[in-house]
Amino acid sequence: MKKDKLEKPNGVNIFFEELRKRITGGNEKRSTWQSLLIPFLAIITGLIFGGIFNVITNVDVYSAFKESFTGGLAFTWKTIAVSYSSLFKGAIGDPSFIVEALRSGDQKMIARAFYPITESLVATTPYIFAGLAVALGFKAGVFNIGAEGQLFIGGATSVFVGYYFTGLPAYIHIPFALFAGAAGGGLWGFIPGWLKAKTGGHEVINTIMMNYIAFLLSDWLLGGPLQRPDTYQKVSPEIQPTAVLPRFFPDPIRFHAGFFIAVLFIILVYIFMFKTTWGFNLRMVGANPNAAKYAGVNVGQNIILAMTLSGALAGMAGAIEVLGVNHKLFGAISSGYGFDSIALALLGNNNPIGVGFAALLFGTLSNGATRMQIDARIPVEIISIIQAIVLMFIAAPAIIRTIYRLKEPKEKDQLLAATNLGGD
Amino acid sequence: MAAILEFKNITKVFPGVIANDKICFTLEKGEILALLGENGAGKTTLMNVLYSLYQPDDGEIYIEGEKVTFNSPVDAILKGIGMVHQHFMLVPVFNVAENVMLGQEDVKAGGFLDIEKTAKKILEISEEYKLEVNPYDLIKDLPVGVQQRVEIIKLLFRGAEVLIFDEPTAVLTPQEADDLFVIIRSLAKQGKSIIFITHKLREVMDLADRIIVLRQGKVVGETTPDKASQSSLAAMMVGREVILEIDKTPAKIGKQVLSVQDLIVTDNKKQVTVDEVTFNVNAGEVLGIAGVQGNGQTELVEAITGLRTLSKGLIKIEDVEVSHSTPRRITELGVAHIPEDRQRDGLVLPFPVLENLILCTYYLPPYAKNKIINWKLATTHAEELKEQFDIRAPSVTTHVSNLSGGNQQKVIVARELSRPISLLVASQPTRGLDVGSIEYIHNQIIKKRDEGIAVLLVSPELDEIMQLSDRIAIMYRGKILAIIPAGKASKEQVGLIMAGVIPNELAEYKI
Repeated sequence: MKKDKLEKPNGVNIFFEELRKRITGGNEKRSTWQSLLIPFLAIITGLIFGGIFNVITNVDVYSAFKESFTGGLAFTWKTIAVSYSSLFKGAIGDPSFIVEALRSGDQKMIARAFYPITESLVATTPYIFAGLAVALGFKAGVFNIGAEGQLFIGGATSVFVGYYFTGLPAYIHIPFALFAGAAGGGLWGFIPGWLKAKTGGHEVINTIMMNYIAFLLSDWLLGGPLQRPDTYQKVSPEIQPTAVLPRFFPDPIRFHAGFFIAVLFIILVYIFMFKTTWGFNLRMVGANPNAAKYAGVNVGQNIILAMTLSGALAGMAGAIEVLGVNHKLFGAISSGYGFDSIALALLGNNNPIGVGFAALLFGTLSNGATRMQIDARIPVEIISIIQAIVLMFIAAPAIIRTIYRLKEPKEKDQLLAATNLGGD
Repeated sequence: MAAILEFKNITKVFPGVIANDKICFTLEKGEILALLGENGAGKTTLMNVLYSLYQPDDGEIYIEGEKVTFNSPVDAILKGIGMVHQHFMLVPVFNVAENVMLGQEDVKAGGFLDIEKTAKKILEISEEYKLEVNPYDLIKDLPVGVQQRVEIIKLLFRGAEVLIFDEPTAVLTPQEADDLFVIIRSLAKQGKSIIFITHKLREVMDLADRIIVLRQGKVVGETTPDKASQSSLAAMMVGREVILEIDKTPAKIGKQVLSVQDLIVTDNKKQVTVDEVTFNVNAGEVLGIAGVQGNGQTELVEAITGLRTLSKGLIKIEDVEVSHSTPRRITELGVAHIPEDRQRDGLVLPFPVLENLILCTYYLPPYAKNKIINWKLATTHAEELKEQFDIRAPSVTTHVSNLSGGNQQKVIVARELSRPISLLVASQPTRGLDVGSIEYIHNQIIKKRDEGIAVLLVSPELDEIMQLSDRIAIMYRGKILAIIPAGKASKEQVGLIMAGVIPNELAEYKI
């Protein structure tokens, strides 16, 4: 049978097999409260380490220490305080300014006061879709590294539908354009899924390759068929007003309906994964393909389904970004959402709701980073360092347990003891 | 002279239960001591305490009269205590010598590994203790029995005086087990002391010099094979009388349910492993397929249950041809399957008991309506089954991976036997289980037979086949050599056929 090919081990397979075990079976070991505590402590630790990097990379700190020790300490403290307070202001807003704006009742001031937090939600939206995409794949035992490419293709298909069709009412045009994005991304996921099911080709390799195809294809499209006629820049025409996702506040607030669609999809994906027979099939295939086959599930079909749905969700991320924020497609539409989403899915423990919160964190941090760079002249890369450290700790919870002297979860011992069942 | 090993009042408490309760016993030099107990009796905990994987809450361990405390398994090895684990700790792509030297390498000048020196030592050890092995063979090419020998050599290489075997026969064929017993006896004769952990009564009676029985963390008895019988040991172990012989009424044979004709199946390497096999199973009878493991039984069962495509032949279930049907179609025709490897095929370990109980029926009403699973109903149903089949788990949301083997198997049995079926395919249904669970599962199988269900039982355990079957088919190198009505052949005769020889007096049953 074809499926036997799936089981052939090789270097890549063994590595991802290990990772898959962590991902699909990992939650069994963690008790619920530790599964919340560890990400929380990881984030705190990440911020502390970020502060340390911030200080040791700052030349002014060294010169302050040269002058006097206490002065150096004071300056160190100030550096950290300024950078994190500007991060907070950039991500959520300046509390005193918000109060002042609300008191004055001035529309423009209120808009400016709430701009940071709405902007964080705007940044969160594509993270939610991309994170859901990867998490859904993980749950089904496939490792979709191709979210970035799927996102580009989804952006391209939805922008095409967005500008090419005219005269459609918004309530048809928007869903149509979103669907086009999902279809484009879905196709980009379907291909590596199909290759895995039929030939055993590893989806990690194939999704990476599909990424290159997607980047170069969209590059070519933007320089050719999709190019705006009046320019030599690689940019698509603006989408029709009927395809634009509605915004709720006057400029400069860009907060758009896409956020609510994203929240809706968190719920939909949750129901799909945990309440429907389709989701049960996918989870079974992800956790034990042999048992799934035994239970009468078609393993190959479900791998294809999982990759297609994963691709479709990633494609939606691109579509939402085009229809809600940019209204056109250009080269740099995705600032690495597709790759961050892998980290994000892990942070959220592959649970749609966890992914939602992880996306919020990522969106907030990356939005706040811009303000931090301007106000405190802290390079945005510090944010990447914080994100990286948070993820390292999530991936290696033993470190967090050592730092905070948490006890190893003893669920297994307790269960064995409680039921008086020994080793077998 | 002091005993080589002595446990004094070893106590280990886990939250909610005392796994070891003031355990005291001694091990003399050159003795084979069997530690007998059901799963959960505390045998493994005790050995893990000795091997310092757990710290005891109370009690002391003495080696040759000297009190010891170990902080890591390395300390235990240095004190001459070695353990052959159930799951081997070997590197498959290394050869025997490399595996043996791992952690204690012989080195030549310049820091290069001296494989020859290790190989020579291995040959000396294998000579002395009759442990035949080639130091240059790769582990992955060796049969399980030989891999186990390598584990033993590893311990002897490190100078172990006390060897602990944790359920060593669980992974072996009957022949390999016999070979192992020869090795263990020769080790004891050479002055090594052996602790043999098991729940198999026959092995204890065969091998042990002395038997210690554990139940619920306590030593409940000490005896020797000549003073004990299998049933007295079983009673001590379980705490009540255990009926080892199953009392069953004569079969009420009904219509034909499964028919297999000229079946040819190949394995993953495209080797023919089931070679023109023909048989049928009728309602109300148990057809037992005997045979040493690896004679095509696995592939036969996979073909019948739709998990493997057959090369040629015909399989019918109640007049419906299923030769090329999917596993789901076959399940829907009323076939229950207890798979050979429960963890690989029968269960999704990271899933809760509840989800595993509906693994084959989740998509059908009443569990699913319009593709939405009714988890509330599934939970109620799971709680009923948990009660009915005595699955010992804290709740139905406990992950199956946290259950003992016996309870994992009960989850499968509960799932497969609780839906309407006409054929039960049970492949090694009691592999690795303790006496209590075996008794339970055997009774369930016979109960189904008496309800008029056709049962196909596949097992390399001859005792199991002899006890449960109404007819016995013996498989050898992919062929069924004979089908014999139960009672017409002795255990020894069936054993002979399993080795490919049909005694003259049974010639009439030859196929």
